[in-house]
Amino acid sequence: MTSATETSAETRTTETRTERLAGLVQRRGSIVVLALVVLVSSVSFDSFATLDNARNIAIQSSFLAVVALGMTFVIISGGIDLSVGSVYALGGVLAAYGIQWGSLVGLALPLVVCGAIGLLNGVLVAYGRLAPFIVTLATLLGARGLLLAITDEGATTRLMPREDWLTHLGQGTFLGLGLPVWITLGLFAVGVVVLGRTRFGHATLAIGGSREAATLMGLPVARDTMLLYLGSGLLAGLAGTLAAAYSASGVTIVGEGLELDAIAAVVIGGTLLTGGVGTVGGTLAGVLLLRVIQNVINQVGTLSTHYQSVVSGAFLAVVVAVQAYLSRAHLRGRRR
Amino acid sequence: MTADPRAEPRTGRLTAWLRDNGVYAAVAVLVGYNLLFSANFATWGNLGTQVVQVAPVLIVALGMALVIGTEGVDLSVGSVMAVAAAILPLYLGYGFVPAVGLALVAGALCGALNGTLVAVVGIQPIVATLALLVGGRGLALVFADGQLTDIRNDDLLALGSGELLGIPTIGWIAAVLAVAVWLVVRYTTFGRQLVAVGGNRSASALAGLPVRRVLLTTYVISGVLAAVAGILATARLTASDPSAIGTLYELSAITAVVVGGTPLSGGRVRILGTVAGAVLMQLITATLIKHNLPDSTAQIVQAAIILVAVHLQRGSR
Repeated sequence: MTSATETSAETRTTETRTERLAGLVQRRGSIVVLALVVLVSSVSFDSFATLDNARNIAIQSSFLAVVALGMTFVIISGGIDLSVGSVYALGGVLAAYGIQWGSLVGLALPLVVCGAIGLLNGVLVAYGRLAPFIVTLATLLGARGLLLAITDEGATTRLMPREDWLTHLGQGTFLGLGLPVWITLGLFAVGVVVLGRTRFGHATLAIGGSREAATLMGLPVARDTMLLYLGSGLLAGLAGTLAAAYSASGVTIVGEGLELDAIAAVVIGGTLLTGGVGTVGGTLAGVLLLRVIQNVINQVGTLSTHYQSVVSGAFLAVVVAVQAYLSRAHLRGRRR
Repeated sequence: MTADPRAEPRTGRLTAWLRDNGVYAAVAVLVGYNLLFSANFATWGNLGTQVVQVAPVLIVALGMALVIGTEGVDLSVGSVMAVAAAILPLYLGYGFVPAVGLALVAGALCGALNGTLVAVVGIQPIVATLALLVGGRGLALVFADGQLTDIRNDDLLALGSGELLGIPTIGWIAAVLAVAVWLVVRYTTFGRQLVAVGGNRSASALAGLPVRRVLLTTYVISGVLAAVAGILATARLTASDPSAIGTLYELSAITAVVVGGTPLSGGRVRILGTVAGAVLMQLITATLIKHNLPDSTAQIVQAAIILVAVHLQRGSR
């Protein structure tokens, strides 16, 4: 126990090369693996490295990416949001439901309702001091119930008019890429700035590192925690709206298990579930990696699509095992 | 099972009582309500249906209660059910016992994988079991080639639809397992070690408890119980349907455990409460259906009940 106090002063200056490498792999590993997978797939499959396929992957990734962006912030703060899959589905259904009163209502309704669910999560977690896992589990059920209530128990699928500008937001393209892809890129740019350059982003990292310490530092812990869940709800609702616009219908059966994909993408992207460490860019790489693997398995053709989830699951297990090993190596280095 | 005295100042006596006994009271109220206002509630036929419907969730929830008692969670249970269900028809040709045995072994292996990732590698339980939740379902579909297979084995079918003394066999199995798990938690060294590890892992390690072995065993038990639930659900359905079986069971099981008064923070396992929690959720759904209220209402009501339950538990940390 005494050695810890002796060495604590010099830890910052004596990072060895292995330690730095471990930290680097932790933060940037997902991008390297993504590059490798893309490279190997491009060489192996003629139909992989085509413009059409790239567009395809980009649009398929965009909806998950928007959800995962909110999840990244929540997980960095040491929390978790299991409700996003239901909220995503609810957002899409509400957009198709609200558009009968005009495009603006079609966009505003999902954002208001999904924002309200996020706010409820946030208030219960931040001010009620309830466990995020169980609070968002309850709202997962509640949001799914709300969805069923406005779709005649899931029997009604409302269509969105093709010529509407809200539908165009999902289906339109700009410079060859779908509008949802541009919106996603814009949101991630904002996310990078918010996490790295704003008081709120730094507070998020501090809360995830140690809630007690953040409170003692005088940070508005409860308020910021509430805002994180509000943001996650809003982003999930927006992603659902975009997905509904893309398919021009409020599909009721989407989003089941999406929270797990989002968590997987965030974790693969190098964000630690224990909080306090994470990057927005890593999450984007994590999302792309999941979707590229899915795409590659479809390309192989002989493999049944069921292998997709086997590979994703195995990949997730390997990534977190490596992460656990690396962070332990990191700690060992610091104790020396 | 008295409340922690330190919690008394924060929560009133009523809150404390509700926290410890609320789930039993709620079950009693719902049973009373149904006896008075629901036609055909107190018939053997209806009670048998309720028992059969609650049994698989209850069996999964027993394992979940143990895992949550170690301050963990097992998200993979639904997929493990699917793996067990997918293995059954592959080996039923060799007979009932080898097929069921192999399905149980598969469940144990799934649990061992979770346990290894949590106890040896040191990954948070949510992610470790998330990996198997995603991968397990895919594996089950690969085993079954994505197909639904009819079950024609008489022994297995008898397991699903048989009765003993007027009570469905599935109900007996669930009851026996519940008693067994309760005895394990209450009277065995392993049970006490499990609660100690959940209460304070590092203190348990310093006290010389085999922390890793306890965690590993707990996840294996959860995997085996999920496999049992998968086998029973398959027998009941008379078909192996790996794409649908056990979906969202992790949520139902966690709900039953939490509503039953086992705190997510670990260090306490309430098996009787878990049984009551599973029964309560089933009764709520059944009551709403009896009154022609749709599924959507049932889900919103369940959400509200979970929030009330965790709110009551807040003081018990």
